[in-house]
Amino acid sequence: FVSHNALPTYFLFASFTDCFSPSSKRQTEVRGVAKVEDYTLPAYFDRRESPLPDIKFVQQLSPDQKSLKEKEKGSWAALSKEEKIALYRISFKESFAEMDKGTGEWKSVVAGIFFFIGFTGLVVLWQRNYVYGDVPHTFDPEYKQKEVQRMLDMRINPVEGFSAKWDYENNAWKK
Amino acid sequence: MISAAVMRGIGTLTRTRAAFTAPLAVRCYSHAKVETDEEFDSRWVTYFSKPDLDTWELRKGMNTLIGYDLVPEPKILDSALRACRRLNDLASAIRILEAVKDKSGPHKEIYPYVIQELRPTLQELGISTPEELGIHKV
Repeated sequence: FVSHNALPTYFLFASFTDCFSPSSKRQTEVRGVAKVEDYTLPAYFDRRESPLPDIKFVQQLSPDQKSLKEKEKGSWAALSKEEKIALYRISFKESFAEMDKGTGEWKSVVAGIFFFIGFTGLVVLWQRNYVYGDVPHTFDPEYKQKEVQRMLDMRINPVEGFSAKWDYENNAWKK
Repeated sequence: MISAAVMRGIGTLTRTRAAFTAPLAVRCYSHAKVETDEEFDSRWVTYFSKPDLDTWELRKGMNTLIGYDLVPEPKILDSALRACRRLNDLASAIRILEAVKDKSGPHKEIYPYVIQELRPTLQELGISTPEELGIHKV
């Protein structure tokens, strides 16, 4: 297998002049070399299900990091805790604990829900005052009294419902 | 011949095949050979033990192994950690330990057991656990 750890370099032709000299064997003419797009190169991902990504996180190493990488070739017991952490951070962006931690996004979502419910309440209130007119006269207390009396006279639901709760002898609601 | 058929019949009855004695217990599954746990383990130990394993093969092996619905046996992880040592990659070794802990999920007793089994190897190679480095928490 070819190691994929090296920085990607693309050598498409053996020599540069080969591209442009016409030959009887070559069927296609070369118009140029395509620019390598970022999205075509191996990318770094922190994923639980794929713990070792295709590339190291830090691609350009500082001189300190380079010397640390050299030291890594020797005994690992000789490395200090900080050096080991530094080596880990060169290869990886976030540790498992960091990549798994919650974002707290749910708090924003719940806050947004409450906010918009509240806003809707204000809209409904305004609507009641400025859009809807008065309720019908049938809601007036006097009318309602007459309506109840009419229902009792008609013996609405006399067995278990409305009129059943009215005491006709004493002209009051049953206690 | 009749006697030959009878002999054959007796022969099949004397063989203790579960299919004849307990028809309810055996279903008609495919006759493909099922790999035993030991075969699986030894296959993976052999994979990581390859002396000229390269970084791609280590990554591919590890990512595939983590993709399975199991926590790898300590002996497989030992082989993988030694492969990291051959490739001079301490970061991957620590990452492998983190992945094992993550793989155990709610079964919190698996990771301490694995570390306990791997302790001699960790000491020999000088690998620190994520807990020792403090990267096990945010």
